[in-house]
Amino acid sequence: MPRNRSLRLAALGSTVQRAASPAYSSTRSAAALRRRIVAGVLVALSLALITGYFRESENGTLHDAQGGVATVLHPFQVGAERVARPFQDAYGWLSGFMHAKSENEKLKERITRLEQQASQNITAARENVELRQALRYKSGPTFPRDYDAIAAEVTYHRLNEFQEKIVVAAGRVDGVRVNDPVVDSAGHLVGNVSKTSPRSAQVTLLTDGEFAVSAYDVQTETYGLISHGQGAGESLILDLVLKDKLVEKNDLIYTAGRRAGQLPSLYPKNIAVGIVKRVGRSDIDIYQSIQVEPLADFSSVSLVLVMVPKDR
Amino acid sequence: MLADVVKAGVVIFVVVVLQAAIVSTVEPGGGSADLLLVTLTAIALLRGAVFGAVTGFYAGFLLDAASLETLGLSSLLLTLAGYWIGRYGETTGRDRVHAPVLAIGVVTVLYALGGLGMHYLVGDPVSARSGLVDALPAEILLNLILTIPVYALCRRLFARAGARPAMEVEFGTN
Repeated sequence: MPRNRSLRLAALGSTVQRAASPAYSSTRSAAALRRRIVAGVLVALSLALITGYFRESENGTLHDAQGGVATVLHPFQVGAERVARPFQDAYGWLSGFMHAKSENEKLKERITRLEQQASQNITAARENVELRQALRYKSGPTFPRDYDAIAAEVTYHRLNEFQEKIVVAAGRVDGVRVNDPVVDSAGHLVGNVSKTSPRSAQVTLLTDGEFAVSAYDVQTETYGLISHGQGAGESLILDLVLKDKLVEKNDLIYTAGRRAGQLPSLYPKNIAVGIVKRVGRSDIDIYQSIQVEPLADFSSVSLVLVMVPKDR
Repeated sequence: MLADVVKAGVVIFVVVVLQAAIVSTVEPGGGSADLLLVTLTAIALLRGAVFGAVTGFYAGFLLDAASLETLGLSSLLLTLAGYWIGRYGETTGRDRVHAPVLAIGVVTVLYALGGLGMHYLVGDPVSARSGLVDALPAEILLNLILTIPVYALCRRLFARAGARPAMEVEFGTN
């Protein structure tokens, strides 16, 4: 019996849409619509928050709301930080233990050098006082004499992988303002205040790409600009130092307390910034390439001092 | 449903505090884990797109408030992350063992790229090298390590009461 191929092909080849149950179909489309509406509303709300936050001043409603939520979170963050501190110390001790031997050698070298400098400094300081009295010399604000130190715990250690910023537990009610310098407990420069809320403040670290401070080599009185280096990690560069200026390895770098032009610096003079690790010169660059290692240890900073001018 | 909302609210609050005070301080290999993103992924996979989007918005709002960052920035990214992970959990990733690990791997990369793009858009000076080259590999690895315990914990907290495991269907042989 001949097979009827045309009929079979017609039956298998045609796509027949299965009739969906009308109730099931409408439920599914309603759920999909609801899902999209919720997502759309939330995205629109987020964009509205970003826009509103940018347009308003620091005393605006959204900033206040942010400060309110931050205030609620604040005691929990401080509590968690205190609970975690012994574990963090143990982690820091273990990771520090790995580098202890090489660090010990470096520190011995540094102690010898600093002892020599200290003996010279005592004589120089005595002469300095006598000369100032004789000349009735008037100086700008000096660190730390003309500043009050507000001790603040670090409540947020690293905001994201793109920026080097932390949040500290002192804010506007404590007298903290934007651009106040921040140092660690040893007096080494950590960064400056970039945002404030009533009870907390955001601090931009020295190692952030946004940060720059005028600085000078204490040994040779060579001035330049400290900023974050191109490479990874916490290395800094002392930029804008011409080739004829003298800077040597292991020289100490302090804030200069002045800016190019007529404007004063945001930072008082003589806050310790770092130590010179490498000095290089190339034929094609008019400036020296000076690598500086910060003195502050950013990986284990848990307490900072916000320096507030006494005459504010 | 209300119980789940309350649970999610408390869990995210606690995770934001932990992320800020503890997790962000540990940086082995140059990057730190993103516990908030891992938790959001687990919740969105378990509870779907709408729940994921709302949880993401709330998580982002708390994160921006705690870090004094631009309000809405993290909310936008985490809302989208929660929504898409939720959709993945409702469709392709449903009942798949590898879904949480795969979702975390992909969303960590996309969240980093999205974060970089958003910071550029709002004019923040950011370093793409430090975020994508130096920190991202370690962050992916740490997030993947956290995935299994966090997902297991969230599954205990957010398992649907009426949910049943997928049944095998045997076609008739007669």
